[in-house]
Amino acid sequence: MLIAFICFDIKNWNDNYLLDITLVIKAYYNMSKSQKKVSSQHHYPLLSKTPTGISGLDEITGGGIPLGRPTLVCGDAGCGKTLMSIEFIVRGATEYNEPGVFMAFEEKANELAMNVASLGFDLDKLQAEKKLKIDHVHIDRTEIEETGEYDLDGLFIRLNYAIDSIGAKRVVLDTLENLFSGLSNQAVLRAELRRLFHWLKEKGVTAIITGERGEGKLTRQGLEEYVSDCVILLDHRVINQISTRRLRIVKYRGSVHGTNEYPFLIDDDGISVFPVTSLKLEKPVSSERISSGIPSLDKMLDGRGFFKGSSVLVSGTAGTGKTSIAAYFANETCSQNKRCIYFAFEESPRQIIRNMHSINVDLQQYVDKGLLKFFASRPTLYGLEMHLVAMYKTIKEFKPAAVVLDPITNLITVGSVSEVKAMLIRLIDFLQEEQITVMFTALTLNTIISDQTDEGVSSLVDAWLLVRDIEYNGERNRGMYIMKSRGMKHSNQVREFVITDKGLDLVDVYLGPDGVLTGSAREAQILQEQTGEVLRDYAVTRKDREIIRKRKVLEAKISSLQTEFESVEEELNKTYQEEELIKQVSDKTRSEITQRRRGTNEVGTINIKRKKK
Amino acid sequence: MSPKSETKKYELRLYIAGKTAKSVTALTNLKKYCEEHLQGEYKIEVIDLLIQPQLAEGDQIFAIPTLVRKVPEPIRKIIGDLSNEEKVLVGLNIRPA
Repeated sequence: MLIAFICFDIKNWNDNYLLDITLVIKAYYNMSKSQKKVSSQHHYPLLSKTPTGISGLDEITGGGIPLGRPTLVCGDAGCGKTLMSIEFIVRGATEYNEPGVFMAFEEKANELAMNVASLGFDLDKLQAEKKLKIDHVHIDRTEIEETGEYDLDGLFIRLNYAIDSIGAKRVVLDTLENLFSGLSNQAVLRAELRRLFHWLKEKGVTAIITGERGEGKLTRQGLEEYVSDCVILLDHRVINQISTRRLRIVKYRGSVHGTNEYPFLIDDDGISVFPVTSLKLEKPVSSERISSGIPSLDKMLDGRGFFKGSSVLVSGTAGTGKTSIAAYFANETCSQNKRCIYFAFEESPRQIIRNMHSINVDLQQYVDKGLLKFFASRPTLYGLEMHLVAMYKTIKEFKPAAVVLDPITNLITVGSVSEVKAMLIRLIDFLQEEQITVMFTALTLNTIISDQTDEGVSSLVDAWLLVRDIEYNGERNRGMYIMKSRGMKHSNQVREFVITDKGLDLVDVYLGPDGVLTGSAREAQILQEQTGEVLRDYAVTRKDREIIRKRKVLEAKISSLQTEFESVEEELNKTYQEEELIKQVSDKTRSEITQRRRGTNEVGTINIKRKKK
Repeated sequence: MSPKSETKKYELRLYIAGKTAKSVTALTNLKKYCEEHLQGEYKIEVIDLLIQPQLAEGDQIFAIPTLVRKVPEPIRKIIGDLSNEEKVLVGLNIRPA
């Protein structure tokens, strides 16, 4: 087995025209040791990982970099390799209680300490606490002469000594490739590097090795051949004069990992990687509603406003009041004691506050209370991804209930439409995850209002308000309608959107034969209608009087006829009574006569007599 | 006279890591060259890093064996088993290049 192994190695190294049997045996010894270690770990189904402590990186790697194995971080000059590796060491020492050794081939210890002091890393203090050891390996070709055979045992001894002196768990070798510029015997170097990585594995330390990117290769010296477990590629791209840092995990043996290019940011807190949030559409939803701040607009939206956690797009041509709507929304959110962030890409915060005073919105009070936060930056400050990362960070920190982006169209200056769209998808996605309501404003560049999507985000947003110019009769007015509002009944009417000293309001527009009437035409229409009403009122009262008069005439006629009727009736009654009387009298007379003829009917006589009495 | 014997014209330091073949070769070679060219003017100090690993950092040692010329200034380093006499002598500035 041993012989076979050596043969294999000899074959491998034949290319190098150098053979050092002791090296081979050493390498074999180390290899077999590490193999034993690997085989003893076979019981563990999952690869153990070490959290780097770099925000975002642990998420996309699913927990960190491989424990006890070397990881290669490569990239061009100035892309943040050293910073990433030093943050790995510092976070390990401060957050995970894992001391680390930083072997610097490029910078001196004090230079390093100075460079990272701005990030709040106090390397001197960590060194004093024995949590960190920086060992600067100075290689200067001018003072080195090579004669005959050598190995890098000195480096091994130094590293070993450094690791053992503080009980280090983490090691960084930055940038190992400097060895190649300092030493000419490449064959020895390569053999020694191979040995070094095996030795590191055997030592059980989690290592980061940094390497400069080479042409067509990940590293100039092909270090990726030796470090095969995890390779992270950093990139610093300049597109349209704007640079964006990106990170990609090229390979991660034995683990699932994010494969995309993730933008990352270097700021006061070190590196933050921004993972694309889930694109699975499995976000929580809320049926809670929040007001837009404009009561009449809420009325158009089923009377209750937007859904919480939804995204709202306000688009329109220049000067249609998009920012005012956004400011109203921010104002409303803050007035309910909720936090709001206003990302302004066009105006400075002071400018917005001053301008909004003119429509009776006092944003300053909420800024003072700490409820409203302005985050103003020129879009060209940095790339889209950086904007996204910056927004992500700010939102994470401030935890607002609502976010305003004013306007998203300005971002187009730093990216193409599809890039802006991709960025906004991610932002919306993240905000929905956090249940944050977002309002975007978008400038429609077309003067002809088309239903074209603004930055293609209209399919992503839940509600879309369109503010448009209505030019008619020598003046320009604003009309607003709801293009869409998912999941709620909403008005289909075009309303006139008026901005006054008192604030914003929506009024019904007049739809006449000439089209939509707004502004003074609407006022004129109102006046005209009022005149018409007065005239009609007048006509009505005149008719009423006529009726009263008619009634009076008729009533008079009725009373005279009635009197006439009474007299006729009396006349008739009189005749009738006379006849009755005559009839009674004649009846009486007849009965009396009848009695008398019969002679003696006492009773009757008496009765009659009594009656008479 | 005694301080003078302490401070020789050449002060050389050879770093090794254990008695490996290379280290032994290097020391043998070095002694040979010094005897030939610097008789009485040199002092050789051999440091075994396996015993004193903390000394490696001070002289910026990364390769083994390394010969360091401490005196005269400036410091010169020669790495390897010193098998090429010409290079060593030039490196130590004993013979002009």
